[in-house]
Amino acid sequence: MNQKTAKPTLAVFKFASCDGCQLTLLNCEDALLPLADEIEIAHFLEASSAVLPGPYDVTLVEGSITTPHDAQRIQEIRKQSKKLISIGACATAGGIQALRNFKNVDDFISVVYAQPGYIDTLATATAISEHVRVDFELRGCPIDQKQVIEVLTALLQGRRPDIPSHSLCVDCKQRGLVCVTVAQGTACLGPVTHAGCGVLCPACERGCYGCFGPMETPNTRALRTTWARRGMTDAEISQAFKGINANAPAFRKEHDAPKR
Amino acid sequence: MHQSDDNRSIEVGALARVEGEGGLDVKIKKGRVTEVKLRIFEPPRFFEAFLLERDFTEAPDITARICGICPVAYQMSASHAMEDACGIKVEGALRDLRRMIYCGEWIESHALHVYMLHAPDFLGYESGIQMAKDFPDIVERGLRLKKIGNALMTLLGGRSVHPVNLRLGGFYRVPARAQMQALKADLEWAKDAALQTVQWTAAFDFPDFEQDYTFVSLRHPEEYPINAGRIVSNKGLDIAVREYTEHFTEEHIAHSTALHSRLEGETLYFAGPMARYNLNFDRLPAAVQSAAEAAGLGPVCRNPFQGIIVRSLEILYACEEALRVLENYVPPDVPAVAVVPRSATGHGCTEAPRGLLYHRYDIDENGKIHSAKIVPPTSQNQRVIENDLYRLIPQYIDFPKKALKHRCEQAIRNYDPCISCSTHFLDLRIKEED
Repeated sequence: MNQKTAKPTLAVFKFASCDGCQLTLLNCEDALLPLADEIEIAHFLEASSAVLPGPYDVTLVEGSITTPHDAQRIQEIRKQSKKLISIGACATAGGIQALRNFKNVDDFISVVYAQPGYIDTLATATAISEHVRVDFELRGCPIDQKQVIEVLTALLQGRRPDIPSHSLCVDCKQRGLVCVTVAQGTACLGPVTHAGCGVLCPACERGCYGCFGPMETPNTRALRTTWARRGMTDAEISQAFKGINANAPAFRKEHDAPKR
Repeated sequence: MHQSDDNRSIEVGALARVEGEGGLDVKIKKGRVTEVKLRIFEPPRFFEAFLLERDFTEAPDITARICGICPVAYQMSASHAMEDACGIKVEGALRDLRRMIYCGEWIESHALHVYMLHAPDFLGYESGIQMAKDFPDIVERGLRLKKIGNALMTLLGGRSVHPVNLRLGGFYRVPARAQMQALKADLEWAKDAALQTVQWTAAFDFPDFEQDYTFVSLRHPEEYPINAGRIVSNKGLDIAVREYTEHFTEEHIAHSTALHSRLEGETLYFAGPMARYNLNFDRLPAAVQSAAEAAGLGPVCRNPFQGIIVRSLEILYACEEALRVLENYVPPDVPAVAVVPRSATGHGCTEAPRGLLYHRYDIDENGKIHSAKIVPPTSQNQRVIENDLYRLIPQYIDFPKKALKHRCEQAIRNYDPCISCSTHFLDLRIKEED
């Protein structure tokens, strides 16, 4: 607790990302002002130019580590944070920009920038947990509103957040939706993807594309076999695992599988 | 800092209330501004590189991740570019639904900027949340407006940040008429709230700062531009989207990971709500035109600080347009038209909340992407922002440092710069110099 304010302090920091997870927090319109009564927003540049010094009771971190400067900055932030929560696919798995991890980053720089010498970047985009201890990881691209409120509430109450780690498939069955794979033959990552989005894609009659990353102990090999039996090529299957959470270990292992 | 200082520089570190992060360095020598650098230190993310070899159907969802504040803009520009390559035009109800979800994004993004990010500058607060302590009803109105924009995006897109329901050719699933009608009461409320927003912002104090800008936006024969039109300026430019790269160039400079855009090799230009307004005032419905007049704005507005009124007018327009689509809506027979790949180059340009967003792709007959080019709005406005500061700072050179810094930040926020556009930035540094 910050002694001056007596309210717990919240800080939000951004690394390489799209700002969508921070926006999800700002999108909690009904909860935003009540939340601001309960906690002191000490550092949240997207929302406020008022900045208080650390230490912070709760720190949310969006984005992945992609530059030497950021690799240092996260160490400082960890020192200033009692609880550090990484939010979103970038912070928990490296995000879409982790696709660079599978190529030569110098080739990437020359595709985008005329003066490669001006660009200071690491060869990889990596999760926050690869650099510092993380107290909780909240998945999603973007994170889910209800889940981020649950995480903040749980931390304020001193309990563990109630965030299920089962597959999207389970939630989909609970909602009583028709399976897009069984009914339409659509490739769907639901059986191996972490629940939490509210089953958005199957509800639109679209296959899940894995934006919440792998569930706990996913059986990706069984899914590869099922898709192969339905006529998808090895390359197509690998590409499906090589998306927003390409660098999450379970998905990374599966898209590399045919090469091994 | 004393008024007697002849030489000094201003640094704004980590500029707040912009989406993404960046900074500004200003150098002052003998009372004259000698250098203004908008530093963009958003880490490079290489979207144009990792799109290579991906399937053309993936471009909308991948490029949405460039910006969580305007994902629909990226999805739309990417979709239009791929459809252009494949010779497909999306018409009728599907075209209207695309306009409607884009209206949702304008409402959400503009309400966030007007109420939570920019109004606090005019009224002397550090944030919208702090402002809510004195003006709870006003901030609640802004948050409800924003929420209605999000509700529109959620109905048509599944969620408001990185919607999942958009695809090449249209949507995965289209709403029933009753689902559309369920939004009507909220949109009617939002229309009134938007009008109140126009009146509220029009009463702010605006610095006297009119400039002779080159405005660039889309222009369509019948409608206020969102998804389609020719690219025009107030200085005689009038080209098809396909001709973009013949007229606009990007330059890579040391202090920014966002590329700087120029028109015809040298001209700085201004994209965004004020450009759209100035170039398309005659395309606004009569009710929006009269709201503008009542707010004291003519058909042309050249003071970027009044951009907050223009954004409010665009919220009003977006509510009216969404209501029009809702009233006329008859669900289409199919949720999407088929888009069959062929070896071709496609161009797409739409009006993101912050301005022109151009995409170009080369694809092959299997739908594989061979090259990608993306020009987001913030990189286009970066030079105009620097130029505004060159002219603005001398007017406030004798202000105390804190007030000067505040004025600079406000001037930057006039453009609602969105820095996470990979391609992005803010942090003002005012440095004392001997």
